[in-house]
Amino acid sequence: MADLSIDMRALVKCHGATLAVDHVSLQITRGEFFSLLGPSGAGKTSLLRMLAGFETPDAGDILIDGRSMAGVPPNRRPVNLVFQSYALFPHMTVAENVAFGLEMQRLPRGEIAKRVGATLDLVQLQDKRDRVPDRLSGGEQQRVALARALVNRPAVVLLDEPLAALDQQLRQQMQAELKTIQAQVGLTFVCVTHHQEEALALSDRLAVMQQGRVMQVGRPEDLYEHPENLFVARFVGVSNEVSGTLVDVQAGEGTLLPSDVSVSRGIRVSVPAGLQSGAQAVMTVRPERVRIAPGHVADAGLNCLHGVVETMQYIGSEWQGAVRIGPSVRWTIRASNAASGSRPVAIGAPVSLQWNASDGVVLPVI
Amino acid sequence: MNHSPPSIASSPSGRSCSKSSGLLLPGLLWTTVFCLLPIAVVLAVSLATRGTYGGVLWEFSLDNYRDLLHPLYGRIFGQSLLLAGAATGLCLVLGFPLAYYIARLPPRRQALWLVLIMIPFWTNFLVRTYAWMFILRTEGLLNTVLIQLHLISAPLDLLYSNQAVLLGLVYGYLPFMVLPLYAAIERIDPALIEAAWDLYADRWSLFRRVLIPLTKPGIVAGCVLVFIPSLGAYLTPDLLGGARSMMVGNLIQHEYLVARDWPLGSALSIVLMLIVMSSLLWYFAAQPPQARERGEP
Repeated sequence: MADLSIDMRALVKCHGATLAVDHVSLQITRGEFFSLLGPSGAGKTSLLRMLAGFETPDAGDILIDGRSMAGVPPNRRPVNLVFQSYALFPHMTVAENVAFGLEMQRLPRGEIAKRVGATLDLVQLQDKRDRVPDRLSGGEQQRVALARALVNRPAVVLLDEPLAALDQQLRQQMQAELKTIQAQVGLTFVCVTHHQEEALALSDRLAVMQQGRVMQVGRPEDLYEHPENLFVARFVGVSNEVSGTLVDVQAGEGTLLPSDVSVSRGIRVSVPAGLQSGAQAVMTVRPERVRIAPGHVADAGLNCLHGVVETMQYIGSEWQGAVRIGPSVRWTIRASNAASGSRPVAIGAPVSLQWNASDGVVLPVI
Repeated sequence: MNHSPPSIASSPSGRSCSKSSGLLLPGLLWTTVFCLLPIAVVLAVSLATRGTYGGVLWEFSLDNYRDLLHPLYGRIFGQSLLLAGAATGLCLVLGFPLAYYIARLPPRRQALWLVLIMIPFWTNFLVRTYAWMFILRTEGLLNTVLIQLHLISAPLDLLYSNQAVLLGLVYGYLPFMVLPLYAAIERIDPALIEAAWDLYADRWSLFRRVLIPLTKPGIVAGCVLVFIPSLGAYLTPDLLGGARSMMVGNLIQHEYLVARDWPLGSALSIVLMLIVMSSLLWYFAAQPPQARERGEP
């Protein structure tokens, strides 16, 4: 593939006795916004630091624009890192910080001034160019850190938890800004985050990682709609689950006999290839695909579980609650607040949860 | 519990103010009696005249300071400044890599190294300087070893030279350079060093553009801490420099105790003090870089 920006080949990294990165192979296309998503300790930061050159892989190789990075020190790599703490030089002004990388590459003065100016325009910090970083807000510091990387026009911009230090409102605003800027400059972005909404919103594609391994790679909608395993289903979005035994599997259709909730008849599901009748499986469905009906009713066309409302919270745009459907099973439900502010169902009320068979995803037990 | 804690914190009244200034009294008394008064006496003596047999005649005169313009004194001052400056420079060049190395070690190994640096202080400075005499003298350790190894045929003239004094000064004051440098380097966020590296900086640029500016207060503190005692050094030039290498400290001692010219010795002391004070001013000017703002109206 000519358009490959990063090619990671079977990367392995040990930290002491633990395998931080376990044979990770990933291909990232030029101009793509790619995220590494996972809980802390998943190995995503190790991966990023190996791309930047601060850590050396114990095995495997990284190719950037087709060139092997083995033995190439960080200051010779065509990548720039936006640090989580921003790591802005406190003794330099905004403009001096942004110019640093260009000066180190010994570009002509005029060229440096032109590119620093253009980049400061891009991140809308032209009026703060002579401030020192201590005098900037968190969001402004974030943008300086981004500008300091972008100005070098590297093959890859690496971002380490870029929005983690910002408060909620600023985070959403910067999210949109980051995406816009990435589209404008057209550079490959690789972003490490543990924040799943952020990863979904920003990325063209993302890899979900756990314990050093890549659990699934795909577009945000692939991961959300078609998780390949329970870890991804649970980490990306909220997962409502019932586990049980598959029966009557035929032509991709089948029935799940739940073992942890009692139902009058089985749950109809689409069955992925590889799962046979008699297999233990888990069905998961997203909260927004579940309809709540008051009382214990049944609907011929839909799957249906009966339960009791345990909590119901008003969060403005919608109601969020939990319904107990079995001794150890609780489902998260959402009810739109489109109609009025009144409580859709009372706490303690019996309800029926209904969903389309095609909205459920059946996965093997971990 | 305290019955009236808020009154101390909140009241801007003169009572709490006078209470805290009362705490200053012992220190103030000490400084006045043992520091300011003696300096005043030295200043007074420096403006008096030498008696025929060595006493002090209380006749005002600036002759002592005029005498200092004599090239001989100028040479000794110049030599002292040069030696102290060279010692400071050498300490900085040797101390920075050492301090950087220590500051980047894991915390437990840092403590070990800091103890190693401070161990020499457990032995008296005089004893340690004598040890250097044994090493450097004509039939000393260094010459013996070099001759045994057939690297030289005749012993080198090492002791009683400016070089020996310089060696002694660097040896004695290196820890005073390393400790403030270590403290300054240790405070630097490691991410800043990585950021510089990520932004294509080589070692030299990292050092010049990032490490030096960020450790400047530590560099200045270390330089002042080495320069001041080096400039006034007495023991080191006396034992390692002998008659061939005289510094201001030895000159002052000579004027007071040998030449019995107290007024001239006092004038020398005052001038030395002025030089020290000006280097301290530089130190204070470099210290507070907080809340620096540029380009703001």
